[in-house]
Amino acid sequence: MNYADLFRVTLPETALEIAALLVLVVDLGFLRKAALKVRVAVAALLGVAGCGAALWTMQFQGSGGLALEGSKDMLLATGGFVQVAQSGILVLTSLTLLLLIDSVFTKHVGEYVAVVLMAAAGGLLIAGAQDLLVIFVGLELLSLGLYILTAFAKSSGKSAEAALKYYLFGGMSAAFLLFGFSYLYGITGSTNLHQIMLTSFFASASGAAPLLYVSLVMVGAGLAFKVAAVPFHLWAPDTYEGAPAPAAAFIASVSKVASFALLISIATAIAHIFSNARTVQFVITVTGPVPKFLGAQVPWSIVLTVFSVASMVLGNLAALAQVSVRRLLAYSAIAHAGYMLLALAFFSHTSSSANAVLYYILTYGLTTIGAFGAVDVIQRATGSDRMDAFLGLHKRNPVLAAVLLVLFLSLAGIPPLVGFWAKFNLFAAVLGVQAGVVPFALVALAVALSAVSLYYYLQVLKRAYVMPAVVDTPIKAHPVTLLVLLLIAAAVVALGCFPALLQGWIESLSPMM
Amino acid sequence: MAWTIYISFAGALLLALLPKGRPALARWLALAVAVAGLALAVQGFVAGMGQGRVTLVDLPWVPSMGIHFLLAADGISRVLVLLTGLAAVAGVLFSWNIELRTNEFFAFFLALIGGVYGVFLSFDLFLLFVFYEIAIVPKYFLIAIWGSTRREYAAMKLALYSFVGSAMVLIGLLAAYATAGSHSTGLVALAHAGLPVSFQMWCFPLVFTGFAILAGMWPFHTWAPTGHVAAPTAASMLLAGVVMKLGAYGCLRVGIWLFPHGLDPWGFSFIGIGSWRDVFAVLAVVGIVYGALVALAQTDFKFVIGYSSVSHMGFVLLGLVTLNQIGVTGAVMQMFSHGIIAGLLFAIVGRIVYDRTHTRQLAELETMHLSRRLPFVAWAFVIAGMASMGLPGFSGFVAELQILVGAWKVAPWWTMAAGVGIVVGVAYTWRALQKAFFSDVRPSAHALEQEHGHELAAITWPEVTGVGLLAGVSLFVGLYPRILLDTIEPAVKALLAGGGQ
Repeated sequence: MNYADLFRVTLPETALEIAALLVLVVDLGFLRKAALKVRVAVAALLGVAGCGAALWTMQFQGSGGLALEGSKDMLLATGGFVQVAQSGILVLTSLTLLLLIDSVFTKHVGEYVAVVLMAAAGGLLIAGAQDLLVIFVGLELLSLGLYILTAFAKSSGKSAEAALKYYLFGGMSAAFLLFGFSYLYGITGSTNLHQIMLTSFFASASGAAPLLYVSLVMVGAGLAFKVAAVPFHLWAPDTYEGAPAPAAAFIASVSKVASFALLISIATAIAHIFSNARTVQFVITVTGPVPKFLGAQVPWSIVLTVFSVASMVLGNLAALAQVSVRRLLAYSAIAHAGYMLLALAFFSHTSSSANAVLYYILTYGLTTIGAFGAVDVIQRATGSDRMDAFLGLHKRNPVLAAVLLVLFLSLAGIPPLVGFWAKFNLFAAVLGVQAGVVPFALVALAVALSAVSLYYYLQVLKRAYVMPAVVDTPIKAHPVTLLVLLLIAAAVVALGCFPALLQGWIESLSPMM
Repeated sequence: MAWTIYISFAGALLLALLPKGRPALARWLALAVAVAGLALAVQGFVAGMGQGRVTLVDLPWVPSMGIHFLLAADGISRVLVLLTGLAAVAGVLFSWNIELRTNEFFAFFLALIGGVYGVFLSFDLFLLFVFYEIAIVPKYFLIAIWGSTRREYAAMKLALYSFVGSAMVLIGLLAAYATAGSHSTGLVALAHAGLPVSFQMWCFPLVFTGFAILAGMWPFHTWAPTGHVAAPTAASMLLAGVVMKLGAYGCLRVGIWLFPHGLDPWGFSFIGIGSWRDVFAVLAVVGIVYGALVALAQTDFKFVIGYSSVSHMGFVLLGLVTLNQIGVTGAVMQMFSHGIIAGLLFAIVGRIVYDRTHTRQLAELETMHLSRRLPFVAWAFVIAGMASMGLPGFSGFVAELQILVGAWKVAPWWTMAAGVGIVVGVAYTWRALQKAFFSDVRPSAHALEQEHGHELAAITWPEVTGVGLLAGVSLFVGLYPRILLDTIEPAVKALLAGGGQ
């Protein structure tokens, strides 16, 4: 490793950081006296430009990744699915920034955009990280940004409450994660993911299996918090409800993409356990009984399956009882995380599972940003995000109602929208890995629960389209917001009708392993 | 024929974008699209006579997963597409009086029609499923916005039943795709994939039940009467006329074609039931008799028709599980025939009568002497009722006779039980006919005076056209059944022979 390599590989992160500093300088240095509208527009556009620059610099990263001097142990990977995840993070970040243009929750827009960009840089790091230390640094960078963003509506008590809850849960889960990491390091003597999986394979044969299980459960708990999987989901409903809408959209999309990219890295390392070993030479001397499962694969799969089933069941059932649409979106996010964890639990040696999860999380992120944008417009017009605020939306703003129709039906998984295709692809990947009773039963459960989910999505749409309006005054949306929402809805329809577009791009990047 | 799908969706999109407050334009546009669809369907039907399966469109859709945008038509598809075209035109004609959000109504209506055309023409399982699900959402909104009696309850019930059914189908689809090696979702490819018998044994009932929920199979039929009653007339015509056929078509095309060994005997028998075939036959027969008996006890005119649909769809399912040429042909024939007749009955009850009397209660209709005041309607219902009873000369007779002959070959007991259903069918139709139109309750002088003050509105041209179209088709097919049978029979033969064997 030399510094030129480091600079080359971290070009996108650097671009984001420079953009963050630039936004601060411009906003605090030159625009002190300008109107808030101008400052918001300038800051958001600079942020989008920063994301664009980061996207542009990704072509110079090379596909080699960053390794330690004289070893094959990667610190940061580039190319392949990392590139997909990083591009996704950048695009979704710019969409959440565009939603900011219409917002009024804070006067400190420069700081807000800067924190968003720094958190996104953390997300980029996580997506490529192959080393425990880098993973942890990236996660903290992202999480600290998210806590601040959640608390950004300083005049709102809910925002502060949500941030505090988020922060406390986050601190606890970081402790879990670090604890698990320390055990992994203790067992294997390495911080590299591939090395850890390889060494733990042998270590578990010679009696370290229980310790390995403990560490995997701890790591699983820490990551389950990031993706809001049951039982570490309690922060999600409050945060989604209390955080300012662009921040909530950011948490629901970008942070999820980064965390799932990390989970894919871990799963890939587990699935390709011998890929990092140059010569495989082993003499295992076993004293005592041989444990039933060697290595991390089976215990990790069990941990993820438990999280997955709990999230699918609880997320979907709890969503049925919500009256606040934002909380409903939070519980539905938990359920969606459950579906994706299922594909991570049954992970393929080929790239099909990784592709399916990436496809799911990217399109889900896109849809959910649109949903938060639409809910925010309504919330600002009516002062509430309760279901009854949606009454008669088709009269008050037909375009917004149509957007909501497309996005919510996509979340429910109705063809020909992208959510259906993502689900089909994901479940086909699960069944493609292993055709047994257990995966069939789990997929059947997932499909059955997604039938349940139609009910609560229809509850919102029913109010928007069917039930009579109480107030008839039109709801106005800022043209930029409306344009972004229309763009997202159009993408949801187009990608649903032509799934091969995104699918082909992801496949062209990820090497057939 | 593929254009039937495209123009329906294009019409739906156009209508959704149409400015509000132009109901006349929306109506004529919808009628134009529906007629164009019917014309294409007729043209396809005529051109396809004597031909086997013809591929219409075959484009790679998701190449990496072997999913194709594959539209094709065989005899069964052609007949059902023709039915859809007829139901669409009649549906638009009987929705001529929709004033509330007219353009949205017809947009949802045409989107539903487009989905239905798509299901009947898809020869890729994935594509078929996509169209099948596309049809769910418009149904929900049609009933929830423009419906009547407990419409939100009925709409949600219908949507959830449909979605649960399609979730079962989706599980079967995924399982079949994975078991066949994840190469292709084409129906032909899957039918020849040689799926293991043990797999077919559990996948068949799952998929068959999933589709049969939408076909109104007892005991999953409860969405049907409430849905039909709550729906606006055009939507109940479509629900009973074509949407229930989607389910039956799926049972045949996917369930029976892809998983033929799922119908094999289990190797043991429990109270006389030794295979999934017996199970579904019993459920079908129960549906026939139960639907007919419940229809006999209804006080709401529309519920009578709703339950009669359950009974008639039981015949379709019974025909399907006979698995012999004549029985399955009869089932397809019954799909067509019931689609026409149910549409006609719902149009008369839900639209022509209800719009003038504002009641569907048989007890209230009894006092109105409709045969004298609306003679056209009374005689239209007599014709429709005769067709529904399965009198010779109407399409229902040919269909039910074939089903019963087919069923007799397999198990005479089923046939006898189903025969009871026919007898009860005559009874409930007769009862409704008499109560609604030809009651002999003497009007009081006071009532007569009132009637003079409130003349019932005259019958309009869309109503006459619609009734004429549907009754004419039923009569024509009844008198000259070969026109459909010649198309259906080869397709059924190919389908029954072309499983995984």
